[in-house]
Order: sequence, then structure tokens, then C-alpha cells
Amino acid sequence: MSASLNLNDDCAAMLYGDQGPALQFAMQLVKRAASAMGASELVPVSFAHIDACFYAGRAHVDFARFMLEAGAKFNIPAWTNNGLVSLTDENIRDPKTEMARGAKELMQLYAKLGCRTVWTCAPYQLPGGPVLGDHIVVGESNAVSFYNAAVGARTNKYGDYLDVACGLTGYAPLSGLHTDAGRRAQILFDTSAVPDTLKQQDIYFHLLGTFIGQSAGKQIPAIDALDPDAGEDALKAISAAAAAAGGVEHWHGIGRTPEAPDRQTAFAGLDPVKRVPVTLDTLSAARRSLTSASDGPVEMVALGTPHFSFTEFADLVPMLQGRKINPATKLYISTSRHVRDLAAQNGWIDALEKAGAEIIVDTCTYFSPAVRGCRGRVMTNAAKWAWYAPGMLGVEVCFGSLAECAETAVRGEVWRDANLWRELD
Amino acid sequence: MAVLQARVLYEGTADGPVLWLDEPLSFWGGFDPATGIIVDNNHPQNGKCLTGTILVLPGTRGSGGTPGGVAEAIRLGTAPRAVIMQAGDANVMIGAAVAEKLYGLICPVLELSGAGFASLRHAGQASVTSEGQIIV
Repeated sequence: MSASLNLNDDCAAMLYGDQGPALQFAMQLVKRAASAMGASELVPVSFAHIDACFYAGRAHVDFARFMLEAGAKFNIPAWTNNGLVSLTDENIRDPKTEMARGAKELMQLYAKLGCRTVWTCAPYQLPGGPVLGDHIVVGESNAVSFYNAAVGARTNKYGDYLDVACGLTGYAPLSGLHTDAGRRAQILFDTSAVPDTLKQQDIYFHLLGTFIGQSAGKQIPAIDALDPDAGEDALKAISAAAAAAGGVEHWHGIGRTPEAPDRQTAFAGLDPVKRVPVTLDTLSAARRSLTSASDGPVEMVALGTPHFSFTEFADLVPMLQGRKINPATKLYISTSRHVRDLAAQNGWIDALEKAGAEIIVDTCTYFSPAVRGCRGRVMTNAAKWAWYAPGMLGVEVCFGSLAECAETAVRGEVWRDANLWRELD
Repeated sequence: MAVLQARVLYEGTADGPVLWLDEPLSFWGGFDPATGIIVDNNHPQNGKCLTGTILVLPGTRGSGGTPGGVAEAIRLGTAPRAVIMQAGDANVMIGAAVAEKLYGLICPVLELSGAGFASLRHAGQASVTSEGQIIV
């Protein structure tokens, strides 16, 4: 079937079963994927972010157990994405359902398979990860986009099981975003019409990412230009929003991201196939697509999709320190254990919990049973959360800045910073 | 009778009624493996049951969760008998491969581009051979 696939001795040995049945099956999956993707070579990979640890039914558990019992063990760093439940405080939040039990069992199986159990959708916030030019395997859509764009590590979006197979064998099909030709920018987003004052706001990056996701199609976008000082949270916001709203797996921020020091380099010397102006009108439309609810009382404020960063905690704490969240409103902050522990060292977790916030680790408010019962209005600072929640959770969403979310949590109803939105109303 | 030659992504034989989807589908989030029913409110065939069909669709979209949705549906017996995509990708095939390994259940996956694909739109019944022939 894939007579044209060149396998080195290492891969051929795995395929023949010389390294046991687990690696044999894993290499069969990688080989089949290479054929489906039209790849004629495999490329060694140095890092994997495993998405198959997120429970999606019994087949996930059976697959992980099969691999474990067949002797599988990750030989490259393999970090875990969110689980469906939190392993730290399940008594509070997790109903004793088959789903919660299966989710916990699955997470424990990936720990036994040798994963580093970071349980985060933002693994790039942790030290020791991949660097520019590394070939890696990632499945979580925001992390695929962030690693490609902001780090310059190379990954396609790997679906469940194939992420595990590539991680276990240490090889992936050499195609798409693993190749130079597959990474060059194709479509140019011109931001020169956007006022500089708006470009300093956190909402800008979420709205820009959403618009790019809606407009880029299958083409790789480049943003001309992105502030050279735009921080990691800004790049996270663009990555997550563009991936959610349109499936963007790689993008360039000209003047900011590592493969785009200038327009020439980003486009590999070629002309953009299309130029798209970013205007106040397009950003207003993106804003409307992230808000399904009118202003009013808020049942929940959801922060941290993707996981809240150390710098986001630093921004949030002064907004809530010494204040009290409205008793009718829940404020959830999803983050990783790593970032939570760093924030705790500064006393920030204490301060936020005293204000009435709940910190959720290992999982996400978006998936967690924590929000299953919520049917009211939700406010979030995350485009990704706002994009998916109305369809998948059946809640009404208001998108706002971090400061608006904090103030809304205290007041118990949507609060708007009129200055912020003057240009976008 | 017409015979169409497809590219085999996962081999197997099947026959059954053709179900044509107008748009790509995500098998995680857009499809419920417990019932075999499309649950994506934005999909034109929302509410249709895929169980037991020869499923013909443009491709998959969205989440990398599709392999898990496919494998789970095959495990539960709610899956299509075969999947024919205009733009093949690894995701459905990986789900089928894992399901055969774990449960011994086979769901062939084929890619059929060009004019042959459109000709399936109004097909009633189809059968699939392990060499990738689709007999309508």
C-alpha cells in the first residue's frame, strides 16, 4: 500500500516486531498515516504533547491499556494535555459517573506509560519544552498553533492515537508543517488601519485571532505587523482563537515570531496569494461572533482557556485583592499545577481564594463537570471558550477583557469598560 | 451497475445503504458514538443516524478527537459499515485501525476523489471490496 515509504533500519525493526507488539502496532499506525498523508519519509521527533489522555469513551482506555500491557513506554519527553477531570480535588467537583471514573483511569494509564503528567493545554508555559526547529508531535489545537508560530517548533495537528503512536516510536510522517515548503506564509493580514491604542489591549489579540481563523481558510496567515513586544499571552490568544475559529495550525507575526523577522522571510520571497485588511469593522464582527448574550447578571466567569499563565495571574491579582466576588457568581480560573504552584509562592492563590475565586488544575472549565450544571450567562476573556461554549455547553456567553471579567465577578453582572469598546461598538 | 476505484486507507469489505453528507463532519463533538447520530447543530444532516450505512462525506473537520469517536462507535456497534471520503485524512483510518486491533471489528475507509465521488450522491446501495472497489 505504501511501497513508496522509505523506512530506516530502526523503523523497519519496529514494524517487524523486533521491539515488541506495542511498537509494532504503533509503527503500523505511523506507516498508514504516512501513506494517507502522502509522505515518503518519516522524521524523528523529540517531544510529544499527548491528547489521547483526554477521555472520550471506553476505546481510549482500552487503547492505553493495550499499549501498556504490550510493554509500551515513551522514550522521548511526552507531556500530557488536560484530562477530563482534576486528579487533585475530585471529591469537590467530580460526580462519580462512569465518565469520571474512566477519565481518571485513563490519566493514570498515561502516567504508567511514562508521560510527564503536566495535565495542561498550555505546555509551552512550562520550562524545558521544544525550541526553534525541533520536530514535535502535538494534538491540542492551540498548542499546535502556538508551537509552530511562537516557538518555531514543527508539528502537524495529530489526532488521537496517532499522537501516541508517533510519541512511542519517536517518528512522524514528514509532511505538511514539518517541511520548509509547508510553513511559508500565504495570506497577509494588514493591521495598519487598527489604532495603536487598541493594539495595546488584551482583547485585540483574541479578536484578531478570531477574525484570522474565520478568514484564512486552509492558508497560512501572516500578520503585518505584530508588536515586537507582544508577550506570550498575546501569542497564546491569537493561537487559540485562530485555531478554534478556523483550524489555523501555523501563523506568522511579522516582526515578532521566529520564522518571520520580515515579510520577505515569512513569505519565502513569494507574493501573498491574498491580502486582507484588518479594520475596526472586522474586529467588531469578530466581537459579535464571541458574544451570544446581552449584558446582565452573570452566573459564572471563566478564565484560563488555554490555561492561565503566571503573567495573567500577576495582572489579575491586583484587580481582586481585598475584594469579594459576588455570592451569586462563580469565578473559575483554569491553570496547570506548575503555574498554580508558582503563583502560590507569591501568595496570589491565597489572595484569589480569599476573594472567592476557585482555581481548577489538570482540566478546564470548558470541559469540566464543574460547569455542567451552569445554564446561565457566562463571561470569559478567552475567545476559544466563547467560540465553543454556546454550541457545546448550551450557555450564553459574553466576551470581555480580563479587567472586565474581574469587575463583573465582583459586581455579579456584566460590567463594561466604555473606553475599551468605544471604537468597536 | 457501476464500479468505482477508490484509494484504500483501511481495507475491508462492506455493503449497505448509502448515506450522503453535504458537509464535513467532526466525529468528536459533532457525532454521538453512543447513538450513532449527528449532533452538530450546524450540520445540514444533523439528527441523521450513521449506523449501518456506507457513509459518503467530503471529509472530517475540527478536532483531533475524530479517531476516538470512530473507534468508540465501532466498539459500540453504532458506526457506519464503511466510510468513503472525498478528501481522505489519517483520522478516520486511525480510528478504524485501532478498533480492529482492540475489538476485531472492521470498518473499511476509502478515499474517492473526482467525478466518481459525486456519482454516489444518489446511490441507493453500495458495496466495498478490500481492493477499494465501490460497486453501486
